[in-house]
Amino acid sequence: MVDTQTITDHERWAGVYKLLDRTSRIHPEFEPQEEIKEFIKTCKILVIGAGGLGCEILKNLALSGFGDIHVIDMDTIDVSNLNRQFLFRRADVGKPKAVTAAAFVNKRVQGVTVTPHYCKIQDKDEDFYQEFALIICGLDSIEARRWINATLVGMRDEDNPDTLKPLIDGGTEGFKGQARVILPGITSCYECSMDMLSKPTGFPLCTIANTPRLPEHCIEWASVLEWSNKHGDRKMDTDDPKDIQWLYETALARAKQYNIQGVTYSLTQGVVKNIIPAIAATNAIVAASCCNEALKIATTCAKNLDNYMMYSGNDSVYTYTFEHQRKDDCPVCSNSSTKLDFRGDKTLEEFMDYLKEKPDIQLKRPGFAVGGKPLYLQAPKQLEEALRPNLVKPLKELFSSGDEVTITDSTLPFSLQAVVTLT
Amino acid sequence: MIKIWSMKKESLATAGDKKKPKVSAGQIRVQKDLNELDLPKTMKMTFPAPEDLLNFELEISPDEGFYAGGTFKFSFAVNGNYPHDAPSVKCLQKIYHPNIQADGKICLNILREDWKPVLTLNSVMVGLQYLLLEPNADDPLNKEAADDLRNNRRAFEQNVHKSIRGGSVNGVAYDNVISK
Ligand SMILES: [Zn+2]
Repeated sequence: MVDTQTITDHERWAGVYKLLDRTSRIHPEFEPQEEIKEFIKTCKILVIGAGGLGCEILKNLALSGFGDIHVIDMDTIDVSNLNRQFLFRRADVGKPKAVTAAAFVNKRVQGVTVTPHYCKIQDKDEDFYQEFALIICGLDSIEARRWINATLVGMRDEDNPDTLKPLIDGGTEGFKGQARVILPGITSCYECSMDMLSKPTGFPLCTIANTPRLPEHCIEWASVLEWSNKHGDRKMDTDDPKDIQWLYETALARAKQYNIQGVTYSLTQGVVKNIIPAIAATNAIVAASCCNEALKIATTCAKNLDNYMMYSGNDSVYTYTFEHQRKDDCPVCSNSSTKLDFRGDKTLEEFMDYLKEKPDIQLKRPGFAVGGKPLYLQAPKQLEEALRPNLVKPLKELFSSGDEVTITDSTLPFSLQAVVTLT
Repeated sequence: MIKIWSMKKESLATAGDKKKPKVSAGQIRVQKDLNELDLPKTMKMTFPAPEDLLNFELEISPDEGFYAGGTFKFSFAVNGNYPHDAPSVKCLQKIYHPNIQADGKICLNILREDWKPVLTLNSVMVGLQYLLLEPNADDPLNKEAADDLRNNRRAFEQNVHKSIRGGSVNGVAYDNVISK
């Protein structure tokens, strides 16, 4: 057996140093320097998410020679994670993912320090994100991605190079995945590609209420209709097993009534949390690509991905790499605002419904203002009541064609400035 | 990372003049904070001028603690630099409280030293409610009230009971803030 104490740095990182000690004909600009090896050992890198992708990313980074890794995740370990989130063991169920993953890597890989942050990304302020050289995301939440993307774009000060934080974003969905490199304010950002996402499919409400045919209909009925009847205004917590159990039992009772098979606890969880089964191989491939990019960006040993790699394992192994273009009217990284055309004789309510449906916007509970004056807000109650009469007014009575409407919504990282042309 | 810095310079050259949105980021952030508020039953907001989102009032009617039974009014004024600056919040009534001064000044850490732009109007409201539930004798604005709280909890409770009904404590008359 090899005594790990006697392994020199050079032996330990022999694989990585093959890339860092030699020049390349493909990438002649690269000059090997000792500082570069030192840089990956000391630069701070942040991993967002310690789930399926996060475990792979942490392992890859540690074994690539990154020495100062931070990981942030708000979740605790569930027994269903254990098949692919290999930094966790059965005894870890219930413990914070970030803490457990960090401890595992710290113990297993000599010379690396992984620092856990068991909290939401929104709990950290700009000073925190400013500390890192590079950020890698392995998230399954669109909202969290939009938030970190908008935060990093907003943090960039063109006069201060240190404020530019490259964001490497990995994502997987079943057999499909993507890895991309975002240089905030330079390349297309996450928000630029929002229109590539399809609207999550809900089920028709009438069918759910009256003629359910699928187990999913019963679950949607329980969560959309019965929940508020039984629990009033209390918000459902899809991370709370008690709430899921209630939904499961309620959906199951309804399924029995309509002779529908297939309502299970995990399907209930899947429907309400919008889960697509996770494939370990997809995570491994996407995480490998992300960490490859991290090493390339940190060391400049090769040209980094520009800027989007999509992978599909559905029929075969397929990848396609392209340069995703910045959206001129991206509400986050572009300074001009979105332009919309809408009929001036339609009401504010009709305008709101249109924005909820529009695939590249997908609002949930939007608030509207023009020039700082509110047209309609969903809360607080007193303000909502005062502004409610505006909902039935035609837009042309509320503002002029070409006015900039400020739209806020929980699904938007910040706001949407929409120049609305009334037709 | 070297390559990125040079890219940055190229983009600087082509960036041109930056078109700022007409509405301040602070104003948008207030709109967002308000639109996503989910107030508990113990809180009510009033907007003297609904077209002005930057100035409003909050009523808190604690359902437990020393101050249960009273309704406490606070004014909020948010400046254009929000959320870099905290909103400025004052108590609109003269109340007997260790962390609230007779002139309405409030000693709440997140309104001052611990304010962070990630905090929201909701964080402040929750903080105010907490202050009514758990007055903090260690960081007082009204020293007499703080001394009372520290030295004799029972007497403090009685003082609160009297003061919120318009009585005097230590020779100072307070406003009647009993919920209607
Ligand atoms: Zn963008």
